[in-house]
Amino acid sequence: MDILGAWKTRWGIGRMTYTINPGLYSVGCPDQYSPVLVTSNYKLTVDKVRKNLSGRNLWVLVLDTKGINVWCAAGKGTFGTEELIARIDQEGLKEKVVHRELILPQLGATGVSAHEIKKRSGFKVEYGPVRAENIPYFLDNGKRLNPSMREVSFPLFDRLVLTPVEIVIAMDLMLRVFGVMAILSALGILPVERADYLGLIGAVITGTFLSPLLLPWIPGRAFSFKGMLTGLIWAVSYILFLYSKGYTGSLQLFSYLLILPSLSAFFSMNFTGSSTYTSLSGVEKEIKTALPIILAALVAGILTRIISLF
Amino acid sequence: MGFKYLKDAVTLKLDTDKCIGCGMCEIVCPHSVFLIKNNIAVLTDRDKCMECGACSMNCPVSAITVRKGVGCAYAVLMGMFKEDGCGGGPSCGGSGCC
Repeated sequence: MDILGAWKTRWGIGRMTYTINPGLYSVGCPDQYSPVLVTSNYKLTVDKVRKNLSGRNLWVLVLDTKGINVWCAAGKGTFGTEELIARIDQEGLKEKVVHRELILPQLGATGVSAHEIKKRSGFKVEYGPVRAENIPYFLDNGKRLNPSMREVSFPLFDRLVLTPVEIVIAMDLMLRVFGVMAILSALGILPVERADYLGLIGAVITGTFLSPLLLPWIPGRAFSFKGMLTGLIWAVSYILFLYSKGYTGSLQLFSYLLILPSLSAFFSMNFTGSSTYTSLSGVEKEIKTALPIILAALVAGILTRIISLF
Repeated sequence: MGFKYLKDAVTLKLDTDKCIGCGMCEIVCPHSVFLIKNNIAVLTDRDKCMECGACSMNCPVSAITVRKGVGCAYAVLMGMFKEDGCGGGPSCGGSGCC
């Protein structure tokens, strides 16, 4: 396993070029009767599939999904009906195997129409498990699965490995904000304090790390609401901390109560894209309600903070 | 531990008159929204639907309709600010999410 490569990808380093070449690969020594598995050309995916097939003889047909994982690529259509049919022809799959059956990851179904594939290529599509680690079970049990193997869960570890990219994206934005703050401070326009930066960094961490991690235990359904709650906890703790350190400017402390929760709410809302259960209609509904509130609180908070400086 | 998003937000519709009970929707749905009961598909919990579109894509008789999309706030926001000419609609990619 390419552990360093996987780690780098999770932090967004070279994430978009982590690919392998599309085509037909053999695992072990497959023959014309061996099963054919289909997957994407994201290297993390192929590594995971291969790891779970060790000791077996079969074919792996890797589609060109531009280095995107199966589910996201299927959503875009690159892991799709057209690509699969083209790849079957290009690799001469009909000459390589005598059977006419393909095993696809279940999450590929978003981009693939099984009856269309059957009609146009003659191959019958069998949808395997959601997760690669259940492929052996699927193959050994007459292509049957437990219902839980057909469901997408979102356990703590999955949420954890998705947070680094959230942090990187959020910090990319915040570093620009910090830059502007530093320039305004250096020019003597706004005497920004270290407490301001620390508060904001804390809000980024609550929104991009704490909220995703605690997701199922935070009350509410909307991600922004959950983020507002964690942000509120951070803001109150931070205000109490500053107060104990001798900060008494009530306007300044009050501005944090407005700014920090709205920032945390915004970054938590962005985690909808990493989650495995939010719908587009739901996200649109959430944004329509939450964004005006977030922006209003943010603007009010920033104005309060500016006033408190004079 | 139930992950459930907003109530009554999704566009999923099932036409039971067209359904032939083949069971493909039950197989492909990642959130077990469908169940085959007496040779016909029924919706168990509509709010669990994430509009991935796998069911409608694999229904051989087009009994299921859903507005397929990605539930990603980042993508929706980018779509709002960039009313582009690339066919519209929120999508992932670039160096953004997923």
